[in-house]
Amino acid sequence: MQENTTSQHPALPTLPKSPTGIEGLDEITEGGLPQGRPTLICGSAGCGKTLLGVEFLVRGIQDYGEPGVLMAFEETGEELAANVASLGFDLKDLQERKLLRVDHVHVDRSEIEETGEYDLEGLFIRLGYAIDSIGAKRVVLDTIESLFSGFPNQAVLRSEIRRLFRWLKDRGVTTVITAERGDGSLTRQGLEEYVSDCVILLDNRVIDQITTRRLRIVKYRGSTHGTNEYPYLITADGISVLPVTSLKLEHTVSSNIVSTGIPALDDMFGLRGFYQGSSVLVTGTAGTAKTTLAAAFADKICAEGQRCLFFAFEESPMQLTRNMASVGIDLQRHVTSGLLRIEASRPTLNGLEQHLVTLHRLVKEFQPDAVVIDPITNLITVGNISEVRSMLTRLIDFLKVSNITAFFTALISGRGQQQEMTDEGVSSLVDTWISVRDLEGIGERNRGLSILKSRGMAHSNQVREFIVTSHGIELLDVVLGPTGIVTGASRLAQQLEEHAQALATQQETERRDRELERRRRVLEANIANLRTEFESVEEELRQMTSDEQTRQQALATGKQRMAAAHHLPATPGAPATGESGQ
Amino acid sequence: MEPEPFPDFLDPAPSDGPEYVLHLYITGATPNSTRAVRNIKDICEQHLKGRYELLIIDIYQQPELAQEQDLIGVPTLIKQRPGLVRRMVGDLSDRERVLKVLGIVSALPDSSDDAPAHE
Repeated sequence: MQENTTSQHPALPTLPKSPTGIEGLDEITEGGLPQGRPTLICGSAGCGKTLLGVEFLVRGIQDYGEPGVLMAFEETGEELAANVASLGFDLKDLQERKLLRVDHVHVDRSEIEETGEYDLEGLFIRLGYAIDSIGAKRVVLDTIESLFSGFPNQAVLRSEIRRLFRWLKDRGVTTVITAERGDGSLTRQGLEEYVSDCVILLDNRVIDQITTRRLRIVKYRGSTHGTNEYPYLITADGISVLPVTSLKLEHTVSSNIVSTGIPALDDMFGLRGFYQGSSVLVTGTAGTAKTTLAAAFADKICAEGQRCLFFAFEESPMQLTRNMASVGIDLQRHVTSGLLRIEASRPTLNGLEQHLVTLHRLVKEFQPDAVVIDPITNLITVGNISEVRSMLTRLIDFLKVSNITAFFTALISGRGQQQEMTDEGVSSLVDTWISVRDLEGIGERNRGLSILKSRGMAHSNQVREFIVTSHGIELLDVVLGPTGIVTGASRLAQQLEEHAQALATQQETERRDRELERRRRVLEANIANLRTEFESVEEELRQMTSDEQTRQQALATGKQRMAAAHHLPATPGAPATGESGQ
Repeated sequence: MEPEPFPDFLDPAPSDGPEYVLHLYITGATPNSTRAVRNIKDICEQHLKGRYELLIIDIYQQPELAQEQDLIGVPTLIKQRPGLVRRMVGDLSDRERVLKVLGIVSALPDSSDDAPAHE
């Protein structure tokens, strides 16, 4: 059989697969179960083997138009129908519409007498007839090993079951066979796993009083598949397998910016907020106002008419709204308007997977624009670190793909711990990481906020002190002291000192100004004096000049007169003057 | 354990039909089926001559009967009467066992004592 299947593969670029329609399973199997081949589902009691089989059939009918046959060896048709009715599977209706055939095979050792050689042709004929009557493409055999309890002749059974698998392959029906898990082997008979082309192992484990169901694909001939153990749940809608991530990082991104809800904090981001659809982590020690930051964010989201889903793992909705009202964040009005939904539950209420599913369900139901989880740290109480990490990875991934802004808070335990490490190790997964911490100084504690990272935008590198006031969170201006940033009372002292210094400087300046003014005035007065003096000197000089001129003129006139007297006879006019001179 | 005494009391009552009603389901002419037909005919002729009705059904021809009769192994002989319905799977070559289940007291007195005691 091995040779047979492998020899077929080169001809097939990809193995044809039948999607199961079961949430998550098709992702792990990369498309579904091998089409036209048998798949074994094995697991211990209470794993949901039958349910998985039934869901495979029902989803096949409802979603893919492939009728199915259910051959039940353990439960009657009525019992099965009743068991899965709560999941919304109406087997009776499907049977009436000739899309499903349920055949209960009753095997009772006490009713069967072996009287010689036989084969299981009866089973083949039943199955063949059931398949032909509705044109089935899918078959579920639940649980075939019941035959072993009814028929003591193992040799015949084993060869017949082998033949059955071959026969099912030849019929080209996609088959799911369920089997109980055996000791040290996948099945009790150690047979089915070898003749199946795909083996899926279901497991039900209790660790620290918390049950987690896990699914693993043990083998898948001719196809790659996820090899990890994937947690799965039996929910109200059937089985839900949660792959760790969607396995790809291909989500579309938004360039829209979402405000942090605190204007001063917005200023610390280059683009004034977070990218929509990004994930934000706020870490801090106890009492560093993480919840308040979260509430401020939620408040802002709702104030802009968007929807926010708030998961509170520590406080009840009433307590949360009351406490936030005390710092001026009115969440109640958003709750009333339906924009905010607060989901409070104890982390210990459910296993991690259940939390994740609840979250998925609520997100799908409420269609929020932002999700707040306060705090993620508490989930550690219901799982170990690696489980929480994988759960958070899946959660962040899911929210990112849905373009929902995620806001988580996380408690960092212990002071002096490496601040760049969260207990859950999710810090590398988030896009924006804000750290709030106690800045313990002399005799007091103050809160400091800094941005450790913010993917895709510039951000402030400062540690800002912030205070929680009755009207929200306020970031204070950075005060630098001689030994670095100062906070609290030292900050006030520093501010006072600076104020005094500034005052002194100002007074000094004023004094200097006044002095200058005075000197200016003195100089100006001097200038005026000098000018007056200059004027009088000038006048005197002018007077002297004028006198001189007059004198010169008089002199000149005198000389002319004298010259005229000497030259009297020479000139006709002279006798008169000469006469008068005599 | 209990069923065996009943046939004796019930036997006289349904006198309108044959005492033994046997249905043998076979699958065509496979070796097991042909052997089974031969064996049951032998047994009937030998022990129940004139008191039986044997119906041989080929489920290849009537596949819907396979589910109705809840057949798994083939050939299957179903004893409808007398007494409780009993099923025998196999080619009926284990004659001792067939006779026991059919409640036929064999010629040997030892086995007649054994039969009711065991069943």
